[in-house]
Amino acid sequence: MTTNTDKLLDVRDIHTFIGQFHILEGVSVSVPRGAITVLLGRNGAGKTTTLRSIMGLNQVTQGDITYMNDSLVGKSAHKIAQMGIGYVPEHRAIFKELSVRENLQIAARQKGDLENNLDFVFELFPDLKRLIDLPGGNLSGGQQQMLAIARALVPDNSLLLIDEPSEGLAPIIIQELISAIRTLAANKTVLLVEQNFRVATLLADYFVIIDDGHSVASGNMSDLHKEHELVQRYLGVA
Amino acid sequence: MGSNIFGGKRDAWLLVLVMLVAVLVFALITSEFRLNNFAITLVSGLFQGMLLFLVASGLSLVFGLMDILNFAQGAYFMVGAYLAYDLQHATGVFNITEAVPDPNIRFIVGVIVAILVGAFLGWVLERWLLRPLYDRPLFQLVLTFGVSIIMLEGIRNIWNTTPYSWTEVFGIREAQFTLFGQDFSMYRLFVIGVGVLLIIGIALLLRRTRLGIVVRAGVEDPEMVSALGINVRVVFTLVFTLGCAVAAFGGAIAAPFLGATISLGATFLIQSIAVIVLGGLGSYEGTAVGSIIVGLALATMQQFSIQVSIPVLATITPMLLLVLVLMVRPQGLFGEAR
Repeated sequence: MTTNTDKLLDVRDIHTFIGQFHILEGVSVSVPRGAITVLLGRNGAGKTTTLRSIMGLNQVTQGDITYMNDSLVGKSAHKIAQMGIGYVPEHRAIFKELSVRENLQIAARQKGDLENNLDFVFELFPDLKRLIDLPGGNLSGGQQQMLAIARALVPDNSLLLIDEPSEGLAPIIIQELISAIRTLAANKTVLLVEQNFRVATLLADYFVIIDDGHSVASGNMSDLHKEHELVQRYLGVA
Repeated sequence: MGSNIFGGKRDAWLLVLVMLVAVLVFALITSEFRLNNFAITLVSGLFQGMLLFLVASGLSLVFGLMDILNFAQGAYFMVGAYLAYDLQHATGVFNITEAVPDPNIRFIVGVIVAILVGAFLGWVLERWLLRPLYDRPLFQLVLTFGVSIIMLEGIRNIWNTTPYSWTEVFGIREAQFTLFGQDFSMYRLFVIGVGVLLIIGIALLLRRTRLGIVVRAGVEDPEMVSALGINVRVVFTLVFTLGCAVAAFGGAIAAPFLGATISLGATFLIQSIAVIVLGGLGSYEGTAVGSIIVGLALATMQQFSIQVSIPVLATITPMLLLVLVLMVRPQGLFGEAR
């Protein structure tokens, strides 16, 4: 277990509606500083909505979210991002009409952000250097995922919310992404949503299982293997 | 497979080329292959095309960014025309002829006032009326329609329904230039030049500045722009205000030729809607190219409709072009298939 002072982000019993549907009915997630925490659960369990709620893209109607001891509830997405939270959404959401360079430029929040972090971005994803002038829409799925993560690394974010990074990618690309996320996690805190249990196992230090809009279990990732019943019941992994 | 015969951007440019050649060839035929007549159609077409661009560019940017079809855009054009007319003439409600005796300076004052009033009214509409309705697109549509009626009634109340023809003589309107042996008012060239400069200027703004990158990204995915730490609502307000200011500017520079009439707003709004759908909703290059094609086609059909004595031909030209383009390319010339 982590102590309260270790927490960079603390989600406490949040409830979120999308339209008239009650999607999150009590989700709690503690994200320790400097670690990778993964949200696990079946399709439609509420993992993406949890990330969107943290980011202010879905409105939280009950419960609280604190980041560095500031409440995020009621704040707009741009204010939350300015507090140092980077968001890599499901399906990447890169700007297809913008070049790779412009996709990175738009993420800069202060003068010098791009210049200061570009070397690290290219070290992590060398492919992006040669693709810099291509429109985002011309990139392959793996390259788009790299760009989406790179975009979150341009400003000095302390926390990265990464939704399904391995979705739809070839195993060799997934391997590259795992390596990149491990590298960037050396000085960032990461909250990950990952459907691929093997990828989650390779990356995460902590887990939270979400089922039907509730957080039902949490702990150290290394202990999850021993919880056969939990894994089978909520994740469908034998 | 759908009915989309032409798919990519290269095909869009090919279609543009085909349309331009077809319009120009038809213009040559209606001009009976006389270059001076052809020049009249060409200059008139480009003149109308540039004015259309001034209304349509704001309409297109706002739609692309905010998914709002601003039915009041034509009314801003009309406000600009009335203000420029009024401030120029001694019979105006706001008579400044004694304070500013030089008609050239009065014209500049009129244009500046039109831009400022257009920007202010645009800001009021977006910030105070549309913003509470962001989640209700149908309500926004009805609201902008309501605002256009209020602006129309406001104009009627201030200037009544009499159509005003520009009578004041000022430098650039009286100067002449010659093309293919035909004399034209230098003012037409001025409007065409201003239109071209604005097309280039807005393109540079969109391509070369951070604001431009944010607007282009916002057209694709405003939520993601917001998640990157950018206050999209401020960008919405800025673009909306700019769009209304440009429309009012268009009205002001159109007034020396078209005068100020109550029907001006509706005419330009309908033609501009045809332009932005034909060009591809939300596409800036589509709007620019669409304005020129529709302007040239309008001038050609105006000429042709006189020859065949069917005046309605010119009126329906923008919609006919729109239907033709959508038949071969349902997303418009440069629009994305949704």
